[in-house]
Amino acid sequence: MITVSHLSKIYKNADTETVALDDVSFEIKKGEFVAIMGPSGSGKSTLMHILGALDSPTKGKYILDGYDISKLNDDELADIRNRKIGFIFQAYNLLPRISALKNVMLPMSYAGIAKEERIEKAKKYLKMVGLENRMNHTSSQLSGGQQQRVAIARGLAMNPSILLADEPTGNLASVQGQEIMEIFEKLHKQGHTIIMITHEPEIAKHAKRIIKILDGKIVKN
Amino acid sequence: MDLIEIFLESIGTLTINKMRTALATLGIIIGIGSVIALVSLGQGSQKAVAQQIQSLGSNLLTVMPGSQSSNGVRGAMGGSTSLTLEDAKAIAASTEITAVKNVSPELSRRAQITAGRNNTNTQIYGVTAIYSEVRKTTLSSGSFITSRDVESMAKVAVLGPQVVTDLFGENANPIGKTIRVEGLALRIIGITTAKGGSGFQNQDDIIYVPLTTAQKLIFGVKYISTISIEAKSENVMTDAQNQVGYFLLARHKLNDPTQADFSIMSQNDILNTASQITGTFTALLSGIAAISLLVGGIGIMNIMLVTVTERTREIGLRKALGAKKKIIITQFLIESIILTFAGGILGMVLGVIISFIVSKIISLPFTIAVSSVVLAIGVSGVIGIVFGWYPAQRAASLQPIEALRYE
Repeated sequence: MITVSHLSKIYKNADTETVALDDVSFEIKKGEFVAIMGPSGSGKSTLMHILGALDSPTKGKYILDGYDISKLNDDELADIRNRKIGFIFQAYNLLPRISALKNVMLPMSYAGIAKEERIEKAKKYLKMVGLENRMNHTSSQLSGGQQQRVAIARGLAMNPSILLADEPTGNLASVQGQEIMEIFEKLHKQGHTIIMITHEPEIAKHAKRIIKILDGKIVKN
Repeated sequence: MDLIEIFLESIGTLTINKMRTALATLGIIIGIGSVIALVSLGQGSQKAVAQQIQSLGSNLLTVMPGSQSSNGVRGAMGGSTSLTLEDAKAIAASTEITAVKNVSPELSRRAQITAGRNNTNTQIYGVTAIYSEVRKTTLSSGSFITSRDVESMAKVAVLGPQVVTDLFGENANPIGKTIRVEGLALRIIGITTAKGGSGFQNQDDIIYVPLTTAQKLIFGVKYISTISIEAKSENVMTDAQNQVGYFLLARHKLNDPTQADFSIMSQNDILNTASQITGTFTALLSGIAAISLLVGGIGIMNIMLVTVTERTREIGLRKALGAKKKIIITQFLIESIILTFAGGILGMVLGVIISFIVSKIISLPFTIAVSSVVLAIGVSGVIGIVFGWYPAQRAASLQPIEALRYE
């Protein structure tokens, strides 16, 4: 499903070159629950941006579901992000001032799905994360854990190929973090592919496979 | 995501920061409002001038002293003294002039009038009996100046209703009373019907006296200021103009028509000149108003740029979730169009109200040209697109990772 081969990312400044990723190769199969671990500055965020089609590699290939991501333009990348990737961010990144339901509907509206269907699906996914009673609350009326669950529902909305979670429990108390990980395990059992980036071993142990990254290289797979 | 959804979302976004939205719109409101108000007041005054000139009769020619300039407009009015009462009498008596029905010599000047303790400054018209027929003057009471009054230099006056109000108070009947013009006592013999109107010459704020009285007893001059000529019909206007023109040239012993010391204008000539002047003023004022509209547009652009910076994270998120460039551009363009369009509508209402009030105060006919309303609303929409374009482009070209990282 995901094939990364000889992937490098080099940031160039005026006269310095920073190698964020150095010849990284791995595969992730459908239905896997993978944690990518590494200390800050190890290149894991860069890897996540490339896997999330938010950034393109300097060298190498990234193939997602048969699409060569390294060769697409901005609008095509937007389309891939919309249909293939469900993002879950550390800071939840919900749109403030609009309801949980509308937040979950947002990616579907960019895909041009009819309104009735959007509402129906958004309700379904919010129910799945246990927020059927909070659908019309705005993010300021929700706790951190609830906001992250809305974000998971939003990530699931387009039924994407992969769920990409960037430190999903980083801003949460441990009890709430635990709840989030339980949802991830449930989704994994349902057959969703989950890639989670974290630096906490406690969280990483929920995953079935761990890729450790240090100084832009994979040290343990 | 269709336009209606984006539109509703934009309305939501704009209502969050109401004060800022209102202030951004204010520039457009003022710009559109002043354009509409000035254009409609300009058109109103144009209409008023046209009505007044046409009310004088369409088969009227006016002979004025002074040289003819390139487009039929004389130099300084009253600056020349080349016309005399004898000229007028000769035109009336001439057998060569066949297209002319009536000839009315006139002398007009401003002067101070007193009646008891009250005084006013107004226009004195020295006229002959024929004036009331040529200029269609009617009386509400008393009688007009007669031929005998003119022959005998009678010390009599006919007052316009405005003058009566100014000197004797409203609804007074001053017939038989005395007024003083430049020290000369005149007995009031008639009052003209109110014509209303204002503009460049208020027909109600006039005093008529016999021409000879005005020339010899009041002002001590020999010339006259105009000769009004009524042609036999509208169809012979050109004939009348030519006949009078050549007759006066011969009488003043001039061979070259370009050397004429008088000019003859028809009502249409005067109308054209007047509407040219008011048209120029309207264009000039609208131009100034248009500049304020431009400033309003720049205000919109400024606010939209601030909005884009403020919502960088939101834009990044939307792009991460799959919003294409076009959607982001549309979203921001619609926001700025809503701002300017709302400003345009409110400005239009403001402009209509202002021009209504002002036209009542200075008693002009109130007109709102549909074209100016359509134009103003169209222009406000275009301003939204033009000044929203750059901020929208900037929003759409943000890189999603950069935007998501932005704090």
